[in-house]
This record gives sequence, structure tokens and C-alpha cells, in this order.
Amino acid sequence: MIGGLFIYNHKGEVLISRVYRDDIGRNAVDAFRVNVIHARQQVRSPVTNIARTSFFHVKRSNIWLAAVTKQNVNAAMVFEFLYKMCDVMAAYFGKISEENIKNNFVLIYELLDEILDFGYPQNSETGALKTFITQQGIKSQHQTKEEQSQITSQVTGQIGWRWEGIKYRRNELFLDVLESVNLLMSPQGQVLSAHVSGRVVMKSYLSGMPECKFGMNDKIVIEKQGKGTADETSKSGKQSIAIDDCTFHQCVRLSKFDSERSISFIPPDREFELMRYRTTKDIILPFRVIPLVREVGHTKLEVKVVIKSNFKPSLLAQKIEVRIPTPLNTSGVQVICMKGKAKYKASENAIVWKIKRMAGMKESQISAEIELLPTNDKKKWARPPISMNFEVPFAPSGLKVRYLKVFEPKLNYSDHDVIKWVRYIGRSGIYETRC
Amino acid sequence: MTDSKYFTTTKKGEIFELKAELNSDKKEKKKEAVKKVIASMTVGKDVSALFPDVVNCMQTDNLELKKLVYLYLMNYAKSQPDMAIMAVNTFVKDCEDPNPLIRALAVRTMGCIRVDKITEYLCEPLRKCLKDEDPYVRKTAAVCVAKLHDINAQLVEDQGFLDTLKDLISDSNPMVVANAVAALSEIAESHPSSNLLDLNPQSINKLLTALNECTEWGQIFILDCLANYTPKDDREAQSICERVTPRLSHANSAVVLSAVKVLMKFMEMLSKDLDYYGTLLKKLAPPLVTLLSAEPELQYVALRNINLIVQKRPEVLKHEMKVFFVKYNDPIYVKLEKLDIMIRLASQANIAQVLAELKEYATEVDVDFVRKAVRAIGRCAIKVEQSAERCVSTLLDLIQTKVNYVVQEAIVVIKDIFRKYPNKYESVIATLCENLDSLDEPEARAAMIWIVGEYAERIDNADELLESFLEGFHDESTQVQLQLLTAIVKLFLKKPTETQELVQQVLSLATQDSDNPDLRDRGYIYWRLLSTDPVAAKEVVLAEKPLISEETDLIEPTLLDELICYIGTLASVYHKPPSAFVEGGRGVVHKSLPPRTASSESTESPETAPAGAPPGEQLDTVPTQGDLLGDLLNLDLGPPVSGPPLATSAVQMGAVDLLGGGLDSLMGDEPEGIGAPSFVAPPAAAVPANLGAPMGSGLSDLFDLTSGVGTLSGSYVAPKAVWLPAMKAKGLEISGTFTRQAGSISMDLQLTNKALQVMTDFAIQFNRNSFGLAPAAPLQVHAPLSPTQTVEISLPLSTAGSVMKTEPLNSLQVAVKNNIDVFYFSTLYPLHILFVEDGKMDRQVFLATWKDIPNENEAQFQIRDCPLNAEAVSSRLQSSSIFTVARRNVEGQDMLYQSLKLTNGIWVLAELRIQPGNPSFTLSLKCRAPEVSQHVYQAYETILKN
Repeated sequence: MIGGLFIYNHKGEVLISRVYRDDIGRNAVDAFRVNVIHARQQVRSPVTNIARTSFFHVKRSNIWLAAVTKQNVNAAMVFEFLYKMCDVMAAYFGKISEENIKNNFVLIYELLDEILDFGYPQNSETGALKTFITQQGIKSQHQTKEEQSQITSQVTGQIGWRWEGIKYRRNELFLDVLESVNLLMSPQGQVLSAHVSGRVVMKSYLSGMPECKFGMNDKIVIEKQGKGTADETSKSGKQSIAIDDCTFHQCVRLSKFDSERSISFIPPDREFELMRYRTTKDIILPFRVIPLVREVGHTKLEVKVVIKSNFKPSLLAQKIEVRIPTPLNTSGVQVICMKGKAKYKASENAIVWKIKRMAGMKESQISAEIELLPTNDKKKWARPPISMNFEVPFAPSGLKVRYLKVFEPKLNYSDHDVIKWVRYIGRSGIYETRC
Repeated sequence: MTDSKYFTTTKKGEIFELKAELNSDKKEKKKEAVKKVIASMTVGKDVSALFPDVVNCMQTDNLELKKLVYLYLMNYAKSQPDMAIMAVNTFVKDCEDPNPLIRALAVRTMGCIRVDKITEYLCEPLRKCLKDEDPYVRKTAAVCVAKLHDINAQLVEDQGFLDTLKDLISDSNPMVVANAVAALSEIAESHPSSNLLDLNPQSINKLLTALNECTEWGQIFILDCLANYTPKDDREAQSICERVTPRLSHANSAVVLSAVKVLMKFMEMLSKDLDYYGTLLKKLAPPLVTLLSAEPELQYVALRNINLIVQKRPEVLKHEMKVFFVKYNDPIYVKLEKLDIMIRLASQANIAQVLAELKEYATEVDVDFVRKAVRAIGRCAIKVEQSAERCVSTLLDLIQTKVNYVVQEAIVVIKDIFRKYPNKYESVIATLCENLDSLDEPEARAAMIWIVGEYAERIDNADELLESFLEGFHDESTQVQLQLLTAIVKLFLKKPTETQELVQQVLSLATQDSDNPDLRDRGYIYWRLLSTDPVAAKEVVLAEKPLISEETDLIEPTLLDELICYIGTLASVYHKPPSAFVEGGRGVVHKSLPPRTASSESTESPETAPAGAPPGEQLDTVPTQGDLLGDLLNLDLGPPVSGPPLATSAVQMGAVDLLGGGLDSLMGDEPEGIGAPSFVAPPAAAVPANLGAPMGSGLSDLFDLTSGVGTLSGSYVAPKAVWLPAMKAKGLEISGTFTRQAGSISMDLQLTNKALQVMTDFAIQFNRNSFGLAPAAPLQVHAPLSPTQTVEISLPLSTAGSVMKTEPLNSLQVAVKNNIDVFYFSTLYPLHILFVEDGKMDRQVFLATWKDIPNENEAQFQIRDCPLNAEAVSSRLQSSSIFTVARRNVEGQDMLYQSLKLTNGIWVLAELRIQPGNPSFTLSLKCRAPEVSQHVYQAYETILKN
């Protein structure tokens, strides 16, 4: 298991050092500094073995977090723990910086004592931790016996991420479906690869211990349900989507998902990431880029790029940016565009075309004349792909939230009393068209 | 909020000041002072002098202050054990505190103080806490048992804490269960023999239930523990798999990887025909792909594991090539790992895409990455033959870029392509030669020199090129020097007239002016070869080279299987077994995959029991004197000799030798006892033990002695057996055996005339048989065989006869004719007479072939009661042309990787697992013609037991 945990600043000075195991000595602190932080070459691996001691490290801005061990530990667990550690610290005092760490070092030691015992990670849910590890540290005197046992049962309970007694005057929840759509397209308009990676983020302001059930247009679920009425299957079949793979927050009952494919859970309070998913089939590509590059002699290039928006006319895409790469020996560029603003940026070797807003089923074009300096470089210009950025108010994967039902048997509010908000945001990931 | 100020006090007399503050009456001031002390401790200053003052602050209601003091105690108690006792009272008192958080804190901290006297006081509170009403205290106490065990294992056993810990596995709280499992697993690791984690279907069921309820970390502990369990049959394996698969959708990558580990391991037990097996395979791919969207460090861990998984089960990810394409902003360590996996997944179906990607990568910035990409192109060419041409042209394009390291790397891989496809791409040599001057790395220079030497006859100015290298001979690295020497000798053998001077120059440079022994030796060998027999030199130096294998960096199969058991852990990241990087006995228990069993029978072979493997002490086995002696004697004496009573047994056998002949004739008179014609090898139970054994050893001694003088390649010879009893053949009795010496097979026959008339005109003929055995010469009995006379004949055999598969595979039907009649009999020949002398496979080729042969062709056998050690086994098998390609010691077990080739060119690959002290060996055989395995196994038995 984890033998020790160190936090360094960018110079390699130790800010926090907590040793859990006897086989880790003080010299381990220096070994990491000398061999990794002060190493002359770039670090080649997040896992380093120095004299039979293994160091795992992650970096957050200028801060190094290193876990040390001499055993054959579960490496994936160590990294997951380090990330979690960062999350917990961020939840307590914001950005992980040298100043914040120094200011909160007593708190950090207290956290480290709690979430790692003899190198074994323990409950590290911020919600639970905050009930008994506070920056004031004096809470213990004022706790009643009930409060204390409530804390411990919550920390060790099946639902470590939530506790009894949460109350809101208004029961409200927000669902954000955030997707990033990735595309590589050939100049002829053939899709070489496309996938969507999405997340469902939930913000809940719900009283008590609400039992939630989340439903979306997952093909497997819809087909299962539609078995009885063939008519419905054909209708809804179009709207359902095939999910390649998905992972869930630990509050979701995985065995239930595995057997019934239903997503049920008791949510943590406030914001958390309910699920992540990936789809590759039937993706709605919000934009199509049609490039036309013509070489006129050796000293001139004519470029024409058409972009077409491919979604409902009532929707508006935002923050559209098209980046057209230019050769290294470009001497001058003349651009004409009908919409938005376009500029040649010599330092980036590209023409950057920005459009603030664009409705669906529209098209726009840009044409440019690029003057080239004559060179004796035999190597042809490699023609890097044209890339795009945008934001659209729908989910390119086609994912739809069908319902999110809330049941709280003990308190007197029903599913209808909960105010629910759903928002879809599709962003471009790596969205490229070769030219 | 401004705790940072504590880091800044660096005044002189600081300790003195702190002391005063610690003893202050004001609570706030005390706390400030303790904070300062902790801050100094963190940055590495020695503040142990303040020990009594800090401990005095322990008695407080302030939890924060208490925790700080505890932190200090954990750090310094060891250096001040006597003073640490002062703290005991507070701890004991805190363990009784009404607040469970304080009780847990006390027991947690006490376990971290490694002072003997304190641990004594710890026992009672710990016992109470293990049974505390509050789960938070119990889960902390569970871990505390592991802590105490680390300090004083005996104490933990004596106090019966282990049993209490075992009870906690049935606790109602999932987190207590998880911590108990973690603690028990750790303790069990240091006691591999103990049956601490008594995993049985009931306890497994409990764990699987807790799995659904505990925290993400608890799930990891439980899954890692489950992976050590060996289900009793395939049905149990499947039901566990079914309950583990939901974990593949967990957001925590470590949970996913640990679940993958359990599934990969238990899958081994499932039959491939099962529908569920296919379902499981399909379920594995998506979560593995999803791991690649995690943070880069986790991606790295995932990729290192995927590398193992695709070697073990390539079918899992064969359609997922695209996800391993490198992204522009991947960190370098992720890029390099992705590249590795891309090559492993490259196949004819996706090679075009892969090559296009690799070409892109070759123009990146990072030098290491570019080099690896160039090398990868070469490996694609070697792996996928159809793509070779395209790869070569891609490499040529890259050479045109003139980027120095790209050119050098390209030349190194082109050399390998030449090795794989000789005489196919020589047209590119001219381009390569143009870049001769830019090569400054030894590997590239050596590769270029090799190419020039190999294709000297097609390069007009080969002599000039090589001469140019010769100028700075002494400044070159050894690699280049050796290559240059060989290349010039090759050139000389190809164009002797023009290059005499050159070869003399290089030979004298290598032999006289160099102080590198390897170089000198090679120089001398060439010199003598050239001066004594140029024709032989040509045969040696210009011999046909074995083809290079497709994949050079495959992990050995047994190591791979072991690493699969360590998925997710450091071992899988390093691709090394834990013993390579973990000190001491901890965590070095050898793990192996469960055996493939489709039936519901329980497996009882020792290596599959989860904790039954030998402990780490036996890591380095130094051959004892007895073993060495055994080895020496084995050269002359065939029979098993082991251990100390060597000298006497040798003497005894000498005595038996004298009797050998007499006994033999005695036996000849009693055809009933050994009459079965199938008797070839002594283990066949038909032999009366008291007669057969001494005779066998005696005879084989004789043979071994005769062959041992001239040549080492005398394989084991079984004693003669009666093939044709006299009563069936009108008085002619034939007994015989098969031998193989120095590459030639012969049938040693003993013909006895038991009739009353003289026998003449002998002739012999074989029926068609599996390996085409046929007499290479007529049967020559020089004088007529008069009654009661016996004649011994050695009939040379060839394998050029016509082939027909027989049943059993090694049966041979023989017809013998004499002046009286024609007689027929059939016999079985031991397969080892067909093992050819050049059956030693190259290590790399072995690895690749082993992997290449489908698992269905693998056959496993047990060789029981063989008291030899690995060295003796290896040398004995070698004398029968079973060659040890590699040898590895895995936690005290010797793994011998062996190869042999049959006369008809069939290769048989073997893995022999020998456990010191255990006379049963496990033999795994892999062969493209699996029907020979059984007979090869019999040959092993025969050779090893005689």
C-alpha cells in the first residue's frame, strides 16, 4: 500500500510530508526531488522507480503530489487516490497552490490522517469529510452523541456521499448534458472517424435521502420496452441512440444497471458527475466544412472554404471559429468573407475566421488568396487539416433525457414538486477536415 | 488562515523559544507553537528535542491540537521510546472516550507508534475496538491489526487478533468488511503458507455482496482479494464473473482494472465454446477503451495493462486500432505506449491506416517518439508481409528528409527487413549508401556495415566503403568493430582477388592491436578458418541465416501469465514480477493463472492453490555439490543419480555392468516375461521389476560409455526387447532396440537361432510408417546362423521412406525373411530417435512460435517421481537432442523452455516446470501437429527416468 505522501512546490521544497509505513524513510523525500523534480530531462513516466522505491506523481499547476511505496501496490488505485486528494483539497480551499497549501497545512494533515489509514484509502467523499473535518477543528466539543454517531455511520455507511438531514425550501435539480464531438473528415466529405464523448452533470438541491431514477433514450432500454407494441418501436427506434460504453459515479447501483439497465441512485448533495459515455454511431455533425484549395503556379494559393450548419433552423450555434492553415512561406493573404471576421495570423500560420452566431441549415463561405515566397525547399506543404470550434445547444449524439424521477418516502414532497432543469451543450472536440 | 507564516521562522534559538511557547498557559499560544513544530518537522528540521513539551500538550479537549500532537508522536516516538510511554495513558483513556471519532483516532494513532512498550498497551484497547459498537471504530481497528502485525507478528497471533479479523469479514458494515479484507490480504502475503484468507464459496459470496455496497476503495480491496481465489470449477468461475462484470461501468479506473483482472483470470477456466465466454470477451473491450479518456497518468497505467491484455488475448481489442492513435497533446509517455500497442494490433486489415499514422508521427518533434515511430514502420514490414513494400518506400521517403536521427533509425530497421525478406529490396541499397557519412550512432553504423558486407557482391565499391570505416577502427564502438570484421571477411569470401589486403589489415587490427577479447577471438577464428579451409570458412561465414522473428519484444508466456494476475498493480506497469522490485519476502508469492479445465473436476495441482506456492526464500538456488557431481557423472552414466549416495551407486552399477550380458541372455530364454512386442521403453509395466531394472541400467551404461567417448550426442537407448518370439517364427528369435548416435538412426537387432537348422538369406523390409523410417542398407548377416548361435547386427535406418500415418503414431511393421519363411512383427519406436541434432530454436523464434501456436494445441503432462534437478534434466535431455532454449527461475521454480525438431521438420516446443523438492514435473508441449505430443511426453519420461 501507499507508504508515504509528499507535496512539493515547484522548487522541490517539501510542503507536506506524511509517512504511513516504516519502510519509507526521510531520504525518500530527497530521492524524488533529486531524481524527478530536479531531473535535467523531461519526466518520461508518471511512475518512477528509484532504488527499489516506487514514486507515483501528478502535477497540479506548480505543485507536485507524490505517493511513495516499496510494495507491489495497485497503481491505478494510487493515481485515482491522488486525483481524489486534489479534488478534496480543492473542495476545501480552492486552487491547489503553494500559498493555499501552506495556509492549510494543518487541515491537509488532518485530511491525510483521515482518508489514508496505513496507506489504505478510506472514505474520501468531500461531503462526508466536511461534516467532521472542519477548518476550525473545534466542532467536537459541541457535538451531541447523536451527531457523533450520525457522522460515523455516514462515513462508514453504504451511502458515504450523502447524509441525513439535508433540507431545502425549494427542491430543485439541474441536469447538464455536456458533449464534445470529434470528427476527422476527408476532403471529399467522407467521415474517417467520428465520436462523441459526453458527460451528464447533475446539480441537486433536494431534501432528505431522495431515491432518483434517470432515464434516457438508450437504445437497449427503448427496444426492451417497445417489445410489446411494435408500432412504438419503429417510431422510437429512430430517436434512440446506441451507447458504446458508459461509466457511473459511485452512487449509481451498477448491478442494477447491469441487469435491468436502469440508472438508479441516491445523489450526493450539490454538483457531481453522474455518468460519462461514448457514442460512435449516428452522430449529428453540426457543421460540414467543404474546402477547395487550388495551387496557382508556385507562388499563389487560392482557398475557398464553405461551412454548412446542419441542425434545426430555430437553433443557434455560437463561438464558431474556423482555422485554415497556411504554408510556412506565406508572404501575404487577402481574405473575403460574407459573415463574421477573418484574419491571417502569421504567428500561427493560419487564417482564423470567427463567427459569433449562426442558425441551423445555413451556409457561409470564405475565400482567400495566399501569396507565397518562392523557396527551394523541395518538400511539399503537408496541408494540415482545417479545424473548427463551436458550441451548439443540443447533444450531437442524439441523447435525450427522458425522465429523472425523485422519490423521497420519508419527507412529504413528491416527484411533481421538484423543479427540474435540463440543458444540452454540444462542443467541438477535435473537429477536423482534411484539405 | 495564515498558517504559512509557520514555515518562515528560521531564527536562531528557535527551539528554545518554541519550548517556552509550548509551556505557555494560553491555549491559543500552545496551538500556535505546535503548528510551528509540525511545520519545522515537515521541512526536515529535527525538532525531537521538544518531545516532552509537545507530549504535555496532548491532554486537551481540542481535537485539532490533539491530532497535531499525535502527528508529532508518530514521527518521533521511535527515536524517544522512553518518553513515548508518557503518552500511553492518554491513548488508553481516549480509547474509552464516548466520542467514536476520538476512540478511532486513538487506536489509529497508537498503531502507528512503533515502540514495543506501547504495542503491549495497545492490545487491550484494540481488542475492545475490534468489537466496538460503532462501525467507524471497527473499520479503523481492522487496519490497526495489520499495523500491529507489521511491528510484531507473533504478538498478533498470540493475542488471537487474526481470528477476530476473520470474523469481521462477516460484519454487517461493508466498509468494515473491506478494511478487514485489505488487512487480511496484507498479512496473508507475508505468510504465504498460512490459510488466513480461507476463501470458499461461502466467504466469496459474502465478499461479492459487500462489493455492491462499499466505497470505491473498498471495492478495489475486495476485487484484488477475489483475484487470488481459484474457483473450484468453471461454473463457479462463471457465476463470479457475472457478479463482477457490473464493476466495469464504475467511474473509478482502478475498480475497472481490478475487475478486468478478475475476469481475465477466471476466463482462463471457461471453455471457449461457451456462449458466455464470447459475451465476456465483448464486454471487456469498451471499458478498456474508456480508460483511455482518463487523466494521462491513469492512461499510462491502463496502456501498460492493455499491452499485456492484447498479448494474452489479442481478440479483445483487435477492432479498436483507432483509439490508440496518438493525439497531438498526449504526454510523451502515453504516446510511446500507444505506439507499442498499435504495432501489436497491426494486421493486414488495418495496416494502411497504421502506416499513414506512423508516417505522420515520424515528422513530430520529440526525438524518442520519432525514433520509435520509424522503428515501428520496420516492425510492421516484418509483421505484415503484404505491407513490406509500402513500408520500405515509406522508410525511403523518410531517409530523404535527411533528418539525422530519422535516417539512422531507418537504416537500422531496413537491416531487419533485409533479414526477413532476403534478396527482395536490394534496390534501395544505393540510397542507403548515400547517407553513409551522416551515420554517427554505433547501431546505425553497424547496421550499414552489415548491409554492405551482406550484399558485397552487388555493391561495386563495397571495398572502398568498408575501407573508409576501417580508418578509424580503434575509435569505433565494439559493436561496429565486430560488424566491420565480419563484413570484411564476407567481402573477402565473395571477392577474394581484390580484397586480400583489406582482410589482412582488419585481421591484424582485430587480433593484434585490440584489447577486446571478443574481438580478438572472433578475429583469430576467422584467421584460422581462412588459412586452413577457405571452403569451410565460406560455409560458416556465408551460411544461411535463420529468419528473424516477427515480434521481438513479446513477453515470455509464463511471465505474461503471471503479470495477468497482477493487472492494475505496479508489476503490470513495470512488466516485471514483483520479486524484481519488492524487497524481502513480502508480495513475492508467485501467482499463476488457473488451469484450463472444462470439466467440473477439482484441480489439485500444487501451483494453482492460491497460497500454496513456495515462499520466497528459495529464490536463488545454488547448485549443491551433490548436484554438480551428478552432472559430471551424468555424462558417462545414464541412469538417474541424485544426491549424496552417488559414489556407492556408481560402484554398484559398475558391478551390474559385468552381469549385463549374462542377464540379457538369461532373459532371452524366457520369452513369456517380456514377450509383448510393444515393449520398447522400460516404464512399460510388462517388465518384471527385479529383472528389468538392473538390466536396463546396465545396458544403457554400456551404450553411454561407448558413445560418450567419441561424441556427446548419444541419445538414450532402451534395452533390447523381444520383438519376435522364437515360437512364432519357426525358431528365429528377434530382439532389438532403436538407437540414435551422431545423427544417424539405427535398429540394433539380435537374432538368435533356436531352431535345429541353419538359417541364411536374411532380408528385412518395413511397412510404410508415420515418419518414413526405412532400412538404409540391406540386412547383412555375414555367416549362416547355426543353431543356438546369436548374432548382433546394427541396421542403419533412414527417414527417406514413404510416409503413411500409422496408429499408434510410432508403430512400425517389419517383415523379416530367411531361408525358411517370411515373418511379420510390429513394434513401437521411441520418438526420441527422431529428434534431430539441430533442434535448438533461437530464443526469439521460440517466443514467437510459442505464441503463434494456438492454445488448443497445448498439451500438459505430469512427469512423476523424477528426482533430478534442473541442470541434470537439461543436460540429460540435451544428450537426446531436446535443447534448453532458455531457463528462468520463478520464485524457486525452474522453468525450462525447450525445443526439439523431428526428422520431418516438425518443431515441438516444451515448457518444463521443476519445483525443487518436488519430484513431479509439469510438462507443457506445444506443437503444430498436436498428435505427436503424447509420444514426445513418453520420450521425456523414458529419457528422464533411465
